[in-house]
Amino acid sequence: MAPAFEPVLTRNAGNPGALTIDGYRKSGGYEGLAKALAMEPDAVIDEVKRSGLRGRGGAGFAAGVKWSFIPKGKDKPKYLVCNADESEPGTFKDRLLMEKDPHQLIEGCAICCWAVQASTTYIYIRGEYTHANAIMEQAIKEAYQAGILGDSVLGSGFKLDVYMHQGAGAYICGEETGMIESLEGKRGQPRVKPPFPAVVGAFGAPTVINNVETLANVPHILVRGADWFKSIGTDERNTGPKLYAISGHVERPGTYETAIGIPFSELLDLAGGMYRGGKLKAYIPGGASAAILTADQAHLALDFDTMTKAGSMLGSAAVMVMDDTTCMVRSVARLAKFFNHESCGQCTPCREGTNWMELLLTRIEHGEGRPGDPQLLRSVCKNMNGTALCALAEAAVGPVDSLIKRFPEEVEQHIRDRACPFPHRRYFENGAS
Amino acid sequence: MSDPTAAGRIPAASIPAAAPAAAAPREQPAWSAAAQAQVKELLARYPTREAALIPVLHIAQREWGGWLPDAAIAAVASALELPAAKVYGVVTFYDLLHQHQVGRHRIRICTNLPCMLRGSDEIMETVRQELAVGENEVTPDGRCSFVHFECLGSCDTAPMMMVDDTYRENLTPELVRRILRELD
Ligand SMILES: Cc1cc2nc3c(=O)[nH]c(=O)nc-3n(C[C@H](O)[C@H](O)[C@H](O)COP(=O)(O)O)c2cc1C
Ligand code: SF4
Ligand code: FES
Repeated sequence: MAPAFEPVLTRNAGNPGALTIDGYRKSGGYEGLAKALAMEPDAVIDEVKRSGLRGRGGAGFAAGVKWSFIPKGKDKPKYLVCNADESEPGTFKDRLLMEKDPHQLIEGCAICCWAVQASTTYIYIRGEYTHANAIMEQAIKEAYQAGILGDSVLGSGFKLDVYMHQGAGAYICGEETGMIESLEGKRGQPRVKPPFPAVVGAFGAPTVINNVETLANVPHILVRGADWFKSIGTDERNTGPKLYAISGHVERPGTYETAIGIPFSELLDLAGGMYRGGKLKAYIPGGASAAILTADQAHLALDFDTMTKAGSMLGSAAVMVMDDTTCMVRSVARLAKFFNHESCGQCTPCREGTNWMELLLTRIEHGEGRPGDPQLLRSVCKNMNGTALCALAEAAVGPVDSLIKRFPEEVEQHIRDRACPFPHRRYFENGAS
Repeated sequence: MSDPTAAGRIPAASIPAAAPAAAAPREQPAWSAAAQAQVKELLARYPTREAALIPVLHIAQREWGGWLPDAAIAAVASALELPAAKVYGVVTFYDLLHQHQVGRHRIRICTNLPCMLRGSDEIMETVRQELAVGENEVTPDGRCSFVHFECLGSCDTAPMMMVDDTYRENLTPELVRRILRELD
């Protein structure tokens, strides 16, 4: 169907030379920035808008449109905060982008800053990514030395500072306003919106927040043009190259770059098929926050709109694959435990709801479920939708609601038999005794 | 899960009553010269001192052997001119900042779904048996402590764990035993 795909974002993944500025320049690096600086900032925003690039962090918001919300004028400082928190379970693509091609991200940040006339970027990186952080720090240092960052970006007179900022282990700091709070040195508790960060963001100033992969696309849009970008993908609402992080029961888990919208079944083939020849039972297409899809939905295209129409979401494109030895109750109980741990606790429906989800699912899994539990779970889900401050509450509902809808019999069986019907799988021969 | 023992409680003496922490003369903090230089460099990155708090807490945690005793919190509060209570509030929010003694080596075993689907239960069990202590406890020789952890962003090399700052990937129980035995 699709013509052979040439990697764009990961073209330097096998080229360690690209870690240095000279190596990156040899691969065409920093040409997009030079081109952008020769354009009016608004023209850069228009080009990105025209490309159709949508945010790769989870919500899929159009990047160029987001940039256009930043007020013009120079009376206030403006900021770009690059979201490198990457804590959505199953997601590991941004780490690859930072570790293998740090200058690509710096260039994307610089172009965005020129477009919105921001003079400072903070790259908020999760605290566990110390290796990626060291690589980024080194690349930033070199970029200052080469005159790409600092007082006059590429001799243009435009001033730009880029700083790494390490988080300290909290999923909620990936939420954009939680991230701003955390960047300001506070507990990462999301803010009430509006005002949106584009108006009142970091340090009270207009702020763009974009994911690592979103920004990594930007230099290529400048160099090759919006029309080229739009020619890749399913349709005009789903454009460009995309990284898919696939994990779980597949033979070759990893990050795969394809045109956005590859069908799940083809991605599974790229990843070497099912682990040890198992049979596909279910997959989660977009990180722990996305609803579970079943084997009969394997033909669906992994793009924003197809996934939403199927009742799930593309999210961070973290694809988790489960074979038929997998207990869905146990899997979702583990995700519920995650959300319970990560809820920041500000909103009662989220704080209490995630707690109930973990409690109910754990007792069902342990054979202590009661006949009314599925109904209770449904009502917890209902009470969490649209009643909390940020999207974490609805994210927690995603997998639980789909468990009840798509695997009702499996849940019932746990309760009826007072036991989990799936034997505890052992993965290693010489394991713990 | 964390255990509310005396070690983590805030002794009244370390909370400045009314005056900000910097105003009161206090014990000279045990910052190395290198750490002090790092703090200074960090402060230049932000429009407010407060914004440097989390990065500075990371530095303090390294300086104080992997966790943040009250003296470390007081030193951070003083360096950033913040009330100690505010610093405690931030420390308790984040999983990588510790208010309790940890081992010389800190082991974080990922148990989220993708790792679970590739055997993280067995990895967790191996660590538990090998170290012969419970989660969040320190081995009697002070060498190791371990916790289960949420997704560490390395699910393509599942099951995996973090030993201090290093990712150890594609684990098997045998490999885990070898890694743990080789730690100093
Ligand atoms: C609970 C929660 C966690 C999130 N975690 C991340 C994350 O780790 N990385 C990320 O890029 N976006 C994350 N997001 C989405 C951000 O809020 C935001 O939409 C995104 O960074 C915007 O960038 P984009 O438009 O380029 O995708 C999270 C959202 C929520 C509600
Ligand atoms: S929805 Fe949950 S995570 Fe988000 S602000 Fe409310 S309590 Fe915090
Ligand atoms: S689930 Fe273990 S690294 Fe992602």
